[in-house]
Amino acid sequence: MLWNTLILAMRAIRRNVLRSFLTVLGIVIGVAAVITMVTVGNGATQAVRDQIASMGSNLLMVAPGKTYGPGAEPAPNFKDADVEAIRTQIGNVQVVAPVTSKSITAVSQDRNWATAVTGSTADYFEAGNWELEDGRVFNEAEERAGKSVCVIGETVRANLFGQQNPVGSQIRIKQFSCEVIGLLKAKGQGAMGQDQDDTVVMPLKTVQRRLTGSQDVNRILISVRAGASIDAVKGQLELLMRERRKIAPDEDDNFRVLDTRQLVQMLTGATKILTMLLGAVAAVSLLVGGIGIMNIMLVSVTERTREIGTRLAIGALEHEVLLQFLIEAVVLSCLGGLTGIALAAAASVGLAGVMNVPFLFNPAINVLSFLFSGAIGVIFGYFPARRAARLDPIEALRHE
Amino acid sequence: MNAVEPLIRLSGITKTYGRGQAAFQALKGIDLDVAPGEFVAIMGPSGSGKSTVMNILGCLDTPDSGAYEFQRVHVERLTRNQRALLRRHYLGFVFQGFNLLARTSALENVELPLIYRGEPAAARHAAARAALAQVGLKGREDNTPSELSGGQQQRVAIARAIVTGPAVLLADEPTGNLDTRTGQEIMDLITALNRERGITVLMVTHEPDMAAYARRVVRFLDGRVESDGPNNPSSGPAGHLLPEGEGKTMRPSAAPGQA
Ligand SMILES: Nc1ncnc2c1ncn2[C@@H]1O[C@H](COP(=O)(O)OP(=O)(O)O)[C@@H](O)[C@H]1O
Ligand SMILES: [Mg+2]
Repeated sequence: MLWNTLILAMRAIRRNVLRSFLTVLGIVIGVAAVITMVTVGNGATQAVRDQIASMGSNLLMVAPGKTYGPGAEPAPNFKDADVEAIRTQIGNVQVVAPVTSKSITAVSQDRNWATAVTGSTADYFEAGNWELEDGRVFNEAEERAGKSVCVIGETVRANLFGQQNPVGSQIRIKQFSCEVIGLLKAKGQGAMGQDQDDTVVMPLKTVQRRLTGSQDVNRILISVRAGASIDAVKGQLELLMRERRKIAPDEDDNFRVLDTRQLVQMLTGATKILTMLLGAVAAVSLLVGGIGIMNIMLVSVTERTREIGTRLAIGALEHEVLLQFLIEAVVLSCLGGLTGIALAAAASVGLAGVMNVPFLFNPAINVLSFLFSGAIGVIFGYFPARRAARLDPIEALRHE
Repeated sequence: MNAVEPLIRLSGITKTYGRGQAAFQALKGIDLDVAPGEFVAIMGPSGSGKSTVMNILGCLDTPDSGAYEFQRVHVERLTRNQRALLRRHYLGFVFQGFNLLARTSALENVELPLIYRGEPAAARHAAARAALAQVGLKGREDNTPSELSGGQQQRVAIARAIVTGPAVLLADEPTGNLDTRTGQEIMDLITALNRERGITVLMVTHEPDMAAYARRVVRFLDGRVESDGPNNPSSGPAGHLLPEGEGKTMRPSAAPGQA
């Protein structure tokens, strides 16, 4: 029975290749759009997460000023003593790295490159999840003495040394020359789109003495011990800084504590919303595709009313006609679903490549879209089928 | 005829189309008995209710009142599905407009009723080929209706009607869309089916030429049976013999006037 009806449905599809193709086109496009949007969106979210992870997780950063950017009130920088106080008075802290930066131009032989120098301690590399490609980081003695040594990022190496290994070479910054003792592994783009590898790191003392000429520290990086509450550490940090900066209880903070976890939430939240939005738009197109199927099925019922009359006249039962139309619709929408999945895979891989985000195959959305297209077939195939099957044979035959 | 149990018995069948002002009584009480193996031509002017009665006989339509017994079963009491099964197992239809499935080969068209009967593929193919051979379409199995002439299409329709071995063949103006010559070929085929396979044939026609093939003529007028009797020289062409073999050449040249 079912088999016979399947034969009839397949014959009906084969008989009307163009109409069948147009019927499924909506589903193909809808399914492909939904899957592609969600897949690429997930890839983008993952890319942001990876970038932030490359900055170091569990990382807190203390910076002067309540806000950042133009219009922010100037606020005093930090001192070495603040760094020391954090190190000694706050628990669950893995490392504390003071940071002072300065824009400079680095010169090597005939090449020069505008970049930023970061003055810090060896802890900076741990806090920021930096790994070495070659060479070493500076030691405590070099830090204490303010030695002229530096560790450079991949972008700086590429611009100053081309293909050469820079370790052991000298670069000149302003009036002094500085030995390159290490090369950092490339990290790529940061969460804000900046080039993280465009950096030169030196001992803090060296930068303070030779470049900024002050004892100030611009920022303090604190990495929280794994498993410890970041919020608790953050709270203690804020209390300590208010106390040390002598802020009255009714006054606002003149510093801020940033949290990479917050950044993760903020940025992945944004990409997730974007993914959902795109997914929703695509879902609407899938729905429109479904309505297209219904429409074409309805039209085809009208076209085929006489045919249905003939079928009923030669002894087809109502439910057999119903089942034939149902199977036809389900087969078509499933074919459309599978084609859409294949198309989406190709489009997602292509788009992920162009957008430079990872391709993450998402089985759930593929299965969901497939089931949804099947459901569209059942729902939108059923009503026209019922209308067809309920016709009186003579009414159907008389249909002009 | 009275001695034989009737295959079909209509008594007091009425049918009204539309309601109120627009109501039109197409059948005003039809009584008709048909014995197994008969070949009945139904004639009458246009609008006299011939098609309406055929549709009721074919269980495609239901009467408003009256009784329709098919092999003593009261058809008017059957459900929709039971009527469909009656069509499936006992009735074969031939329509004026052929009603073949477009873009579908002759073989698949003829197979269709067998699919609904659940015949296995091999038996289905064999039966459909045999039926096509019987209507003279051997070698045309793969042609679609658009690749066949009108007469050939009607042959396919006849093959589809007889492939299930029905008890009754109902034909509403089967030659209405065909030229005279082709019409006669179709009539020869129907006559042969009646003669050789004992299929009861009820056929509507308004062409006396075609009615001449039947052994009994029922005339309709304004929703009533006007006359009912054997096909004799006064109602058909003089001295006409049922055409078989050379019968084609013996067909009457002209028919007396008919309403
Ligand atoms: N579906 C219908 N609705 C309304 N009137 C109809 C319908 N079918 C047939 N009739 C009317 O019923 C009468 C008989 O029709 P029909 O049986 O088709 O006549 P015939 O086949 O003898 O030409 C005609 O007057 C026709 O107009
Ligand atoms: Mg008629």
